[in-house]
Formats: sequence, structure tokens, C-alpha cells
Amino acid sequence: MSDVSFVRTEMLPEKAPPVTSAGAIGWMRENLFSGWFNTALTLVSLVVILYVLSAIVPWVLSPTWSGTSLNECREMLAAAGHNGGHGGACWGVIRERWIQLLFGFYPSELYWRPIAAFILLAVALAPILFSDKVPGKLIWFSAAYPFIFPWLLWGGTVWGPIAAAAGFGIGFVVYRILSDAVSSLAGMIGGLVAALIWWLALSGLAVSALESILPIGIEAVESRKFGGFMLSITIGIVAIACSLPLGVVLALGRQSDLLIVKYLCVGFIEFIRGVPLITLLFVASTLLNIFMPPGTNFDIILRVLIMVTLFASAYMAEVIRGGLAALPKGQYEGADSLGLDYWQSQRLIIMPQALKISIPGIVSTFIGVFKDTTLVSIIGLLDPLGLSNAIRADANWNGIVWELYGFIALLFFVFCFGMSRYSMYLERKLQTGHR
Amino acid sequence: MLLYDTRYRSATIQVIALIFFMLLAAWLINNTAQNLAELGKPIDFGFFSEPASYDINQRLLDYNSRDTHLRAALIGLLNTLVVAVLGCATATILGVIIGVLRLSHNWLIGRLMTVYVEMFRNVPVLLWIVFIMAILIETLPAPRAFRGEDPAASMLLGDTVALTNRGVYIPEPLFSRSLGDVHMLGGSGLRFDISLDLILLLVVLGGGLWVSRRIKRRADRIQESTGVRPTTWYLRLGVIVVPLAIVLTVLGFHLGYPALKGFNFQGGTHLRNSLIALWLALSLYTAAFVAEIVRSGIMAISKGQTEAASALGLRSNRIMSLVILPQALRVIVPPLISQYLNLTKNSSLAIAVGYMDITGTLGGITMNQTGRELECVLLLMLVYLVISLSISTVMNWYNESVKLKER
Amino acid sequence: MKKSVFFGALTVAGLAAGAAAAGTMDDVKARGKLNCGVTTGLVGFAAPDANGEWNGFDVAVCRAVAAAVLGDQNAVEFVPTTGKTRFTALASGEIDMLARNTTWTFSRDVDLKFEFVGVNYYDGQGFMVPKSLGVSSAKELDGATVCIQTGTTTELNLADFFRSNNISYEPVPIETNAEAQQQYLAGACDVYTTDASGLAATRATFETPGDHVILPEIISKEPLGPLVRHGDNEWGDIARWSLNALIAAEEYGVTSANIEELAKGTNNPEINRLLGTEGTLGEMLGLDKEWAKRAIAANGNYGEIFAKNIGENTPVGLARGLNAQWTNGGLLYAPPFR
Repeated sequence: MSDVSFVRTEMLPEKAPPVTSAGAIGWMRENLFSGWFNTALTLVSLVVILYVLSAIVPWVLSPTWSGTSLNECREMLAAAGHNGGHGGACWGVIRERWIQLLFGFYPSELYWRPIAAFILLAVALAPILFSDKVPGKLIWFSAAYPFIFPWLLWGGTVWGPIAAAAGFGIGFVVYRILSDAVSSLAGMIGGLVAALIWWLALSGLAVSALESILPIGIEAVESRKFGGFMLSITIGIVAIACSLPLGVVLALGRQSDLLIVKYLCVGFIEFIRGVPLITLLFVASTLLNIFMPPGTNFDIILRVLIMVTLFASAYMAEVIRGGLAALPKGQYEGADSLGLDYWQSQRLIIMPQALKISIPGIVSTFIGVFKDTTLVSIIGLLDPLGLSNAIRADANWNGIVWELYGFIALLFFVFCFGMSRYSMYLERKLQTGHR
Repeated sequence: MLLYDTRYRSATIQVIALIFFMLLAAWLINNTAQNLAELGKPIDFGFFSEPASYDINQRLLDYNSRDTHLRAALIGLLNTLVVAVLGCATATILGVIIGVLRLSHNWLIGRLMTVYVEMFRNVPVLLWIVFIMAILIETLPAPRAFRGEDPAASMLLGDTVALTNRGVYIPEPLFSRSLGDVHMLGGSGLRFDISLDLILLLVVLGGGLWVSRRIKRRADRIQESTGVRPTTWYLRLGVIVVPLAIVLTVLGFHLGYPALKGFNFQGGTHLRNSLIALWLALSLYTAAFVAEIVRSGIMAISKGQTEAASALGLRSNRIMSLVILPQALRVIVPPLISQYLNLTKNSSLAIAVGYMDITGTLGGITMNQTGRELECVLLLMLVYLVISLSISTVMNWYNESVKLKER
Repeated sequence: MKKSVFFGALTVAGLAAGAAAAGTMDDVKARGKLNCGVTTGLVGFAAPDANGEWNGFDVAVCRAVAAAVLGDQNAVEFVPTTGKTRFTALASGEIDMLARNTTWTFSRDVDLKFEFVGVNYYDGQGFMVPKSLGVSSAKELDGATVCIQTGTTTELNLADFFRSNNISYEPVPIETNAEAQQQYLAGACDVYTTDASGLAATRATFETPGDHVILPEIISKEPLGPLVRHGDNEWGDIARWSLNALIAAEEYGVTSANIEELAKGTNNPEINRLLGTEGTLGEMLGLDKEWAKRAIAANGNYGEIFAKNIGENTPVGLARGLNAQWTNGGLLYAPPFR
């Protein structure tokens, strides 16, 4: 008896999935309309999106780019058939004022300087942020950058920043000599004292002497000319850069075993974190001159920079403290077992790792400070928001609202969003899992 | 030398630090004293008892322009607290909803919430405050629009709530047989009234809650010993609602509705749009941060927890409330505290929309009119410091109580 | 004296550490620039244009003083100040003079230790309402919502006015004129109150100015003028007489068009003394002979400055009113140059 039962020898070809679960429809069923609740949510959000877009899009698409005053815009809108006062945006104000919103009153022939400063900033940051992709020698440029940045923005003689940098060199040399001859502690104290003496007493004389021998410099620009986004970015960058060393000191102080030092640091950090930035700006605008010796008078931007730096340093200290706390205890013990003293272990083992872990936190502190710079408009500085008020005081543009706010919001968004995306990328990259 | 002897080194360093700190403080104080003497403005808080001479619209206590600067500052302080409390509550609720929705499987909702979070996080809060104020002003109808035979706008919810671009008018509770008020600290700048009606209601409500708790405890005990839980919800609801309803009827409770009279709506409670704009902006802005905190808190709970809970046969909302949230809370609370602190500090931007908080009164008009910058700014900082420290104390205490108790 | 000081790595060229107690005039001359405080922006009075050049009525006063002292009307640093920061900026020496529509009051003059050097605009607080409201007097505003610009004397005047007339109102304090205008136009307040000049300037920029009326009541006196610090009388004199020179020039018919010709000498000794062809008025001030000539030539006399920035042919469109010369029934009355 022969078995004639059929045995299939080849596989059936795969059937296409049913129309309802494949392609666009399947995707929509899966992701948008699974269940009544999700369907309702989807429909509601579609309605919201359509409503918002229908309000915004016709307003944005308005043919007023060439308008030179609000009244002209209104005429152009009426001619183009838009209805009423809110029928369309008046983009003429942006065309006329966008450069001012970016650079404030910075002399227009010198715009290349802030642009160069910010491009070079990216170059200087590259060895720190993309350490695997750029040559290591670039770190020397990063070290020099803190002196190039203010020189490019404020201008003046080239000897100023060189003398400032020389202070660090002098301090370092004294430190090396003394620490070899006496002890590292004496070296540190000696280096600090020597640098301070240089900065406070000698550098001014040296600069004027060198200036009279070899006057090299670029045109000086007073900080009052700063405005718009340039002001916001400058305040943000200077505050973060200066607050980093302060933050490290405060964080170490807070972790320290020395009670008085610890409580001084805790007191400072909690005080700054406990008051709003606006009150610190009030201090900058009204009180800082009272706290200084009689007769001292420095300009409002510098005062704001000082207060914002103090503000940022308290937050920075907390970020770095988080980084220190995240380091495994073994790192501290390992450093101790190698026989390193406190400063050596901090410099060689703890800080490099703690700072690396803290970079995302530092970036978000920077974003926060950058956003908070809008507050300086309340004390009368012409940041983008302050400028928007000044622009609206021009008889041509009196009555403009949304265009300026929209433009400012867009620029802030682009900047902060880019930074936060970058910080997320960094966070992923830094998660190398060595815990 | 003291520095080289390990026995004395730390003490020496601390003494040096202390001396430096004291020198710095002395230097600052000395400078200040010299400068003030030169300006001829010695520190003097006497201006606090002078009449303030300006009016404040949104206020919790009674106030008029003849009251002192001290009272104006107090009104401002209360306004700060009002917007901070309202903002924190709304931001938490919104933030939790948005954070959960961001994890939704619905693609559109997930994306929409991402857009929301990024939009609010990456634009300065000051800009949002100004923006939302402008939106309120431009889109809501003016009270004039409610007038006439065929008004362009009408009141909501059966003529009880009016949304105008001057603010929101809602019904106010009134008592026709009121017990009256107790005036505290009468006449002084810090005077305030306590409504006996409110106290009575609170006492009755508290009593009801206490009895209801007792009933719940009893039900728990019965369940533990017999395994069967008696149905008590109607009893528990009854002991709260019935006495409350009786007291309200005795006091003659009714609602006072806003009505358009003259230039404005009269009657009802008026929430100015400066308050609403600030409240909305602060809560929407902070909600974006809270949403991120909630999202990462939920994501930090391992999937095994959900699976184990469903293996035990718990329903999904029970899993959320009994397993996931209590654990996520431990991750969520510490960063939430700092968001509350940020919101409170950001409320100082009220000045941009003309909401009279403490920065607007003490640090604003009072400072302008009296020219006492030093006193006003230092006091302002002190007030904020006290508020911040109290919030973090309370929240840290709460954090301790939800913390994982390691045994 | 200007020297660079280093704060850590931060070099700031704009940092001038010098003794502010020395004469302001010496400071200004050494600096080569006049630091003049202005508003952050008020239509017609001070606003930066697209090139960052400041223009306006108050700005012109700063320019006249700069021209008189430094010989260059562009040697001015304009420091934008808010209602809150203006007095500290002046008291701390950050600015040399403040020309920011500031009302001359007793307490500012005496208690805050400033010196008002004159009045460049006589103003008063007024009310603007939409015509459709049908209000013809401020006394009919019982229960109205009033938008006020804060940081000024306005809110105090308003509180006093409503209190003394025993009527109620709802104040809406607002930081800037632009925002107040927006709220008023949207109907978020029934009334907008600020200085009458500001009301006129604001109304002029409306889409339909005719729909709004300015009520007849002027509830306060607001003499607005430039001010300097107490105690530096030489500097105060320069600011005072620069302003007076502008006013006197209009009275005597000296304009930016004919000033060159008149400076050659005229039959009117008063003009000669003003323009420095006779007498030694400039030296008495510690300046040169032609100080007033330069101040006037910078932007013209008071009348020309008024007409150019806020006069009837500008968008602001203010009539001279109280600000006419005393010979025309106004209050402008420059003391004699003698």
C-alpha cells in the first residue's frame, strides 16, 4: 500500500499582511487609533493642531517684508486683502531691525569681531567637547581663548590680555620654583600672591609701558554698545566661564571636612540659590557701587556680569557636587592608596572625571543662565527684550507686538534647543558604564 | 609652623578662612557705611510707617492708598505666596499629565507633548509671561463686548463666570447669616480679619474627616480579622457632607454672581489677568520641566515591577497607584523641590505684567518713591530667602517621609 | 585718568576707576564723552533708530550740553535707565546728567540730593478714553479700570485724585508705554493715564486716533527737566545755562540757520553776550566763548528742537501750550544772559 498522502516540499511564499495592519493604515491603527480613548485623543489633538495652524499660518504669510512703518504695513495688508489690524504680520520691523536685535549698538564695521569671537569659541570648545575628533594640540588654543574672547569683543590694546595671561604664567613659575625649593604648599601660596601682586599692582604699569613702546591694538568698544543677542550670549558665556572655577572651589568647600570652610560655602550657595536673579540684578544696578570703596565706578554691564557670575557659580557648585558624588568611592581610595595628597588627587584623578560627568549639567546651567539674561531688560539694559521696547518707542513701529516677540522667541528657541540636543548627545556618549 | 603639623593644620586653615571672610565682610560694611554717609542716606526703616500713597488692585487683605509701606509690602508678600502656591499646584498636575502622555503609545500625542515640552523649556520664562499676557489681552473680549442687546460675548456656565481681558470673574461665597469677623491687630500695618464662618466650616470639615478616618480604620480591622471588607463609603461620605450641608444652610450660604455694572463687572471674585497670565505662564513653563522629571521617574522603574505586579493579578490602574508611583515618587520628589523653588523665584517676574507681588511693591514702587534702595533690596532678598528655605525644609521633610526606609 | 584693571582673566576696557568726587566737568572733559541718562524708549523724547543713533527731545538736551562742553554734539554716551535705576545711576556717578522726563519734586530735589537745572517740558497728568465710552470728565470715571505706567509719580497722583474726589477705580500698573498702549487698545482698561505729552504721542500712533479723546482734567503739575547731582555747582551751572541758552535763543530769534551770521556780531547786546562776541560769560562757566553758540547750533534752539521731535508736524503732534515762550503766553522764561 503506497502512501499517497501529499507532502509539501517547498515553503509557501509569505503572504502580504492584511491591509489593515500594514503600511500607512496599519501604522495609523497601531499608533493613532488603537482603542476609543486613543482615537479620541488623536482627534482632539488634530483639531487643536489645525486650529493653531489656521490662526498662525495666514498671519505669518504676509507680504509686508518691505514695509518701513506700521502704517505702511497696514496699507500693504489692506491692499493685499488681509482683513483688519491682526490680519497679518508686519515683517518690515524685522527687516529693518534684525541686525540691531543681534548686535545691539556695536559699530557695524566691527561686526566681524563678535562673529569671530563666537566662531573661535566653537574651535576652543572642540578639544573639550569632541575630544575624539580633533587634534589634541588644539587644547593650547582653548587655554589662550579666555584672553582672546574679551579682547575681540571689547578691543583695546593687545597688551591688556597678554598681561592678564602673564599673571598666570608668573604665578605658575613662582609655584614651580618655590615648590621645588621649599614645599608645594608654600609654592601655591607664593604663586597666588605673586599673581595677585602682578595683576593688582604691576600689570597696569607694564601695559602702559608696553603700549607706549609698541602700540598694537584694535579699536576699543565700550560695553554700553553691547546689546541684543550679543549681550545675552556674552553674559551667558562670561558668567559660565568665570563661574566654573568658582563653582569647583565652592563644591570642594562644601564637601570639605573643615567645618568653617564648609559652612561658609553652604551659606553662600544656599543664599544665592534662595533669592531670585532679579534681586541680584537690583543689587547690580543699585547697590554694588555702594558696597565698593567710595569713588569706584564700573559700568553696568560689568556689574551685571559680576552678579550673574556669582549667581551661576552657586548653581555650578551644585552641578559639580553632583559630579563628585557620582564618582565611585574607589576612585578616592585609589588616589589615597597611590600616596597622592589632597590637591594632587583632585587635580589628577577626581576633578577630570567629575567635570566630565558634569558636562551635561554644566550645559543645562548655561542654557538656564542664557535664558535668564532676558531679565536684564528689567534693569534697563538693551538685551533683545529691552531692545524690543526701544524699537516700539520709535514712532514708526509703535504698536508692534507679536513680530518682535516671535522673532526673539524663535532665536532663543533655536539656540537653547540646539544646546539641549547637544547635551543629550553628550550624556549618551558619556554613559560608558564604568560605575 | 602650624600649617605643617597635621594636628593643627585644619584648625589653622579654618581660622585663616574665617579671618579672610571677616575681613571681607568688614571691608564691605565699611565701604557701605562710608558711601551712605557720603550720600547722606543712613540706613533707616522709618519709611515703613509712612503712607504708601499708591493703590494695589489684586489683594487678599483690605488696603488703601493711605496705608503704610509696610502694609503694601505685606499685601505684596501674600500675592507672591498666592501665585507660588497656585503655580506649584497647577504645574504639578499639568506636568504629571504631560509626562505620562509623553510616554503614550499614541504617536501623535507623544509628539505633541514633546513639542510642548521643548517649546516651553527653550524659551525664556519672561518671554512666556509677556506672551501669555498679550494673548489674554488680545483674544479675550473686553467687558464692553458683554453689553447691549446682542452682545458679542456672553458669560459662561449659566451666567456665573465671565472671561474678560481684564481677568476672570467667578462667583463668590456669601453668607446671609454670617457670624462676622474677628479683627486681629486692629489698626496696625499687619492687621487682618479672620472670618468666623470659615473657621466654623473648617472645624466641621475637620471633624467629619476625623470620623471618616475612624470608620476606615474600623473597616480595615474587620477586613484583617475576617477577610471581608464592610461597605462603608456612603457612611464615610455622609459624615463629611451632612454636617457641612447643615452648617452651610444655617449660615445662609449662597453665591454672589458677577454682573456687568458701569465700566466693569461687579460682585463675584475678580482674578486679574495679570495674576492669570503669571499663573498660567509659570505653570505651563514649570510643567514642561516637571513633565520631564515625571517621565524619567517613571522610566527609572524597571519593567519587572510592572510585570510582577500584573503577575499578582493587580489591575493596571492599581499597578500605577500601588507599585509604580510610590517608587517613582522617590526619584521625582527631589528635583521637583527645586522646580517649586524655581517657580517661586520666577514669580518675581510679576513686575513684567504689573502683578503687585513683593518685588512690585517693596522692590518696585516703594523703592522708587522712597529712594531707599539698600533697605528695600536687602529686605526683599531676605523675604525670598525665608520663603525658599521654608519650601525646601517642608519638601525635604516630605522627601524623608517617602524615602525608601532601608532596614 | 583711565587705567586698565584686571579681574581675573576678564579684561574690560570700559572700566574706569577714578575719583568721582572730582569736578564732573573735569571728568567729562578727561573722558571726552558726556554720559547722559535717558529713557529706554519713549516716542518723541528718546529712542534709538535702526543705526543705534539716539533721537528725541530729551536727547537733544544732552547733545546741547555735550556741544557746549566738548564741542561735539556726538560726544555723548546715552545710558538707558528705567524708573528704578535712574536715580542710583546719577547718584553713583555712572551718568553725569539725567534727561529722562523726570518730574521736579521737593523730595527728589531735597531728600534724594539732586539738583534740577530747569524745566524743558511743562507737563501734567491727563486721561485718555475711547470716544465710544461717552465720558467727558474724569469725575465720571467711577469704577473704571485705569492703566498706569509705574515707576513714576503717576500712580501717586492718580491715587490722590480718585481719593480726594471720593470715587473708586481699579489700577492696572504697567511697566512700559508700549504695553500700556496695547492693553488700552484691546479694552483691558477703560482709561489710560500718564503725562499729557505721552498721551498725545501714544494717540498719534493709533490706527484711528479720532476714536479717542483726551479728557480736559489735568490732575497734576509735572515740570520735567534735566537733573544733576547735588553739590557740584559748576557742573549744575553748565547744564542749567545750556538749557537756558536754548530757550533764550528762541526768544531772541537765534536759529541754527542764522546763528553763523549772528555770531559775527549784532546790534542786540544780549545776543552778542549769548553768542560770545561780547562779554566773558563762557569763561565764567569755565568754558570758552562759543559754548552757547555750539549748544544752539547742535540741534537748533528750543523751538526748533520742539518742532523737530514732538511738535505739531511730527507724529507726536504736541502743541506748544504751556511750553511757549513767556512772550507768547507760555511759561518758558530764560533768565537774562548778563
